Amino acid sequence: MSVLIFLDQSEGHIKKNSFEAASYGAKVAELLGTTADGIVLGNVNDDLAALGAYRLKRIHHFKNPELNNLDAQVFTNVIAEAAERIGATVIIFSNNADGKAIAPRLSVKLKAGLVSGAVALPDISNGFVVKKNVFSGKAFANVSVTTEKKIISLNPNSYKINKGEGIAEVIEPEITVPVSKVKVTAVNKIVGEIPLSEAELVVSGGRGLKGPENWNLVTDLAKVLGAATACSRPVADSDWRPHHEHVGQTGLAIAPNLYFAVGISGAIQHLAGVNRSKVIVVINKDPEAPFFKAADYGIVGDVFEVMPKITEAVKKLKGV
Amino acid sequence: MKILVCISKTPDTTAKITFTDNNTKFAEAGVQFIINPYDEWYSLVRAIELKEADGSTQIHLINVGGADSDPIIRKALALGGDEAIRVNANSQDSFYIASQIAEVAKQNNYDLIFTGKETIDYNGSSIGGMVSELLDMPYVSHATKFSLNGTTATIDREIDGGEEVNEVQLPVVVSCQKGMAEQRIPNMKGIMGARTKPLKVVEPVAVESLTSIVSFELPPPKAGVKLVSADHPEELVRLLHEEAKVI
Ligand SMILES: Cc1cc2nc3c(=O)[nH]c(=O)nc-3n(C[C@H](O)[C@H](O)[C@H](O)COP(=O)(O)OP(=O)(O)OC[C@H]3O[C@@H](n4cnc5c(N)ncnc54)[C@H](O)[C@@H]3O)c2cc1C
Ligand SMILES: Nc1ncnc2c1ncn2[C@@H]1O[C@H](COP(=O)(O)O)[C@@H](O)[C@H]1O
Repeated sequence: MSVLIFLDQSEGHIKKNSFEAASYGAKVAELLGTTADGIVLGNVNDDLAALGAYRLKRIHHFKNPELNNLDAQVFTNVIAEAAERIGATVIIFSNNADGKAIAPRLSVKLKAGLVSGAVALPDISNGFVVKKNVFSGKAFANVSVTTEKKIISLNPNSYKINKGEGIAEVIEPEITVPVSKVKVTAVNKIVGEIPLSEAELVVSGGRGLKGPENWNLVTDLAKVLGAATACSRPVADSDWRPHHEHVGQTGLAIAPNLYFAVGISGAIQHLAGVNRSKVIVVINKDPEAPFFKAADYGIVGDVFEVMPKITEAVKKLKGV
Repeated sequence: MKILVCISKTPDTTAKITFTDNNTKFAEAGVQFIINPYDEWYSLVRAIELKEADGSTQIHLINVGGADSDPIIRKALALGGDEAIRVNANSQDSFYIASQIAEVAKQNNYDLIFTGKETIDYNGSSIGGMVSELLDMPYVSHATKFSLNGTTATIDREIDGGEEVNEVQLPVVVSCQKGMAEQRIPNMKGIMGARTKPLKVVEPVAVESLTSIVSFELPPPKAGVKLVSADHPEELVRLLHEEAKVI
């Protein structure tokens, strides 16, 4: 019995969400009185031994170049075989794009109950019960996993990264990789920007900004904070901002430490994507805007007057 | 070509979320139910567009649910499905639902199976992946674009911080999200026609669930907003730094 954590990578680097999954998985292993290993697929440039700092004992690195791009079917086969060899009974993913593609397949392959979108450690006092998000962040469900093997995919930014000291043993096992039926013909990554799904700070704009020409009010603040930018649905639908910035019920669901909403009314479908944020700040000229009910801090005021002053104040705080 | 579109029933996006029976059941009283938006707006409409481009295409709809699903199935037929299959079972376990869908799919040899990216109630993002594994088919998740050239599908899928273009031979399972298509509203002809389209009810196969929901919880209520005067925005920055400690 042991815990296996899938550490996914992008362009040769382990993703931040995987450090959360590793920290979480190491804690699960401690609760179960066992050890945690990591699994990495494809070429990586990072020093994998250093992942011992997250209390991972061994890293199983399958270096086959065919594993550089995700094919959920192929990855499932490789991870399943690794899990069998290691004797892993609990497998942890980040509930990010890759995790959502692989974990359900692996669940079927291993007949392992899956809890996707977990937000807390399992409660093992009576069985194995994991709390997950349901109803688009409006509620939680406690899900009991009744199978011997279990899979948890952890929501991004819901478990704190716990980095200490330690060196992991890196093993490079041989494996025959099945032929992929999926060909990746292009990857379009937004360079130089913090991916919204990984961002701890997010500044987001709505229709209150009146038009794309005013977006510097959002991006200036984001820049000094080192934050990612987001927007409401009508803003993306009007092509004021790119679609990948759209958050909410039909867009991306995020849970940053700070969600800074500028000129957004706070419709229930918008809140569904952001209500798990730890601190919500709302700037809106309408004191009756529904967003204030979900906010921690707010200013009732005109974004065109308030935002430049806020950005100035942050610059001063940061000494830039 | 034969396409299977998976349709689930979810509470309306504005529904108040509360629970009954000692927090073990979603309180359905007074709640309006809809087709899960990802299923309706993106996967179903994209399937309809494929049929419009190639008239020989057949669209089957599948729902795993009780008779209370029939209204949303009829609506999906009104939008443009050709026939529907309802597997008469109620379960919240993704594996159970996926197994029922896979069972039906095995009998019909679909070229394409569409699901939504997730249900807005259970938020599993799981059924598509599970169905693909059960059928040993490739799976492309979170698709934002889909086009066909003969039996080759070109699919854009969302990755963390960007998009990736995948090329795959049919058959394939695809989970759909925003970008795939634009929402449509059923017209009168569609609504009338839907009444006579076949809606077959089949009994479930025996499958064991892998998980079960023990209870639901609501998040603790917010403490209330702390308002800062618009004349002193720097005070907000101070609070975020010193009190909330997020910047
Ligand atoms: C099924 C469904 C799914 C949906 N999914 C989503 C989703 O995923 N994400 C999403 O965002 N929406 C979604 N919507 C749409 C949602 O209901 C709202 O229409 C949308 O969020 C409103 O966007 P907004 O707040 O930017 O614009 P508005 O509602 O127009 O609000 C603009 C706000 O800006 C304020 N304002 C205007 N001028 C100023 C100023 N000078 N200074 C300060 N404040 C100002 C106004 O007081 C107002 O509150 C969905 C709707 C449906 C029906
Ligand atoms: N009961 C169901 N019947 C048919 N399809 C379903 C059902 N539940 C979920 N699906 C499909 O699977 C997708 C993902 O659901 P989930 O994995 O629960 O988030 C949905 O968007 C639907 O397309």
